Amino acid sequence: MTSMKTRQFNHVSLGEKLPKMEVPITTTLVTAGAIATRDYFPGHHDKDAAQELGSPHVFMNILTTSALVQRFVENWAGPTARFNDLRIKLGAPNYPGDTMVFSGEISNVDEQKKNIEVTLKGKNSMGNHVTGTVSVELP
Amino acid sequence: MASEWLSELKAMVGQEYGRVYAWDKVNAPMVRQWCEVMGIDNPLYTDEEYAKKAEFDGLVAPPAMLQAWCLEGLHQNNYPPGSTNENPYGALKLIESKGYPAVVAVNSELSFDRYITMGEKLYYTTRLNEVGDEKTTALGTGFFVTLVMSFFSEKEAGDEKVGELLFRVFKFKPHQQPEKVEATTEVPIIKRPKPGISDDTRFFWDGCEAGELRIQHCPSCDQLQHPPAPVCIHCHALELDYKVATGAGELYSFVVMHYPEVPPFDYPNPIGLIQLDEGVRMPAGLVGVDNRDDLKIGQRVKVEFQTFDDELTLPMFRIVDSNATQGRE
Repeated sequence: MTSMKTRQFNHVSLGEKLPKMEVPITTTLVTAGAIATRDYFPGHHDKDAAQELGSPHVFMNILTTSALVQRFVENWAGPTARFNDLRIKLGAPNYPGDTMVFSGEISNVDEQKKNIEVTLKGKNSMGNHVTGTVSVELP
Repeated sequence: MASEWLSELKAMVGQEYGRVYAWDKVNAPMVRQWCEVMGIDNPLYTDEEYAKKAEFDGLVAPPAMLQAWCLEGLHQNNYPPGSTNENPYGALKLIESKGYPAVVAVNSELSFDRYITMGEKLYYTTRLNEVGDEKTTALGTGFFVTLVMSFFSEKEAGDEKVGELLFRVFKFKPHQQPEKVEATTEVPIIKRPKPGISDDTRFFWDGCEAGELRIQHCPSCDQLQHPPAPVCIHCHALELDYKVATGAGELYSFVVMHYPEVPPFDYPNPIGLIQLDEGVRMPAGLVGVDNRDDLKIGQRVKVEFQTFDDELTLPMFRIVDSNATQGRE
């Protein structure tokens, strides 16, 4: 849940770790995530189509991954944070039945702009599904 | 000739492609449903009163949703009226026609100029930013292709840029062309590599299962050795047994693995070389290390058996003394 508390720039520091966030990967999350992001590629909602592509099951689309990255940072930063960018690199696919665990820490602090950069990863049973950085401005 | 199509490909770099419009104006119902599915409950996106108390005139769209507004939807290449007929993916088509059928997305880098409010009409334009030289990766041989999509909001007074997406894909020829894709239904799970167990080392691994740290011992000369071997390294006797170590020792040396991240290990991954009180050294994973800067040579450690994947028990070591001095003799 997004904390309603305001995460203040003055109260965070370089190297600070964000609370871990576990995301159970379900068929519902993968398919609903694809449709909510208007991504109708069959591999994201049709198991038969996914298996024809050589995947064991439907797999999460990138736009859902980006959304979960936003959630991970936003849950910690609260609703007063403003996103500057969200840069991710993709790795192992997210299949239903797996669990992705996000971890991250503050890797850069810009005093003048009150910007912080979070370096994060979302790991599942096959390795890192996503790695990346997110820059947000804090009040 | 190979070089001809490569020149054609390189010549495409820098090409700009026209507008692709969003089917729908930025709207609250799509935002609310996106938040519902993604598990996002930031009131900025769904509670108008809250958003108005912030610096906005009303609800705003979640930043990560930017790209979704302009996707074509169910029917492929069915873009809204006013959209370009050009295909921004021409470079990928060309590469594919030369025998590189597979594609995998590598990077998605969103940047935001400002938050988007309800009612805005978005479109994006695309630039083919970069086509790398042919490269071979773990997946196969091919080309990294980078597209940059610039997102705009249509305004009477002049359109405003709202954000950008840098999207990089690897278009490649897989190392092994699968003759037929097998219908796999098992979601793969990567487990810890298992040790190769021989008659010389079995006692050690059985000991782990039993919660004992067993060290090979020579009854002839009464010396210990690790790792286990077929003969005594001290007196060359062939008859060997073992002693159970207390599991206490000190950190003789250590390394913290950062890169590359190999599943299923957690990173940073601290590995210690443990000097056991009985006198032999043993490499092992370190547990409970919150901050790698806290590790110091000479720290007291204690064994802790951990079972992985319900089938492999390994001796791990935990720091039990955080006040050790550095640079002990």
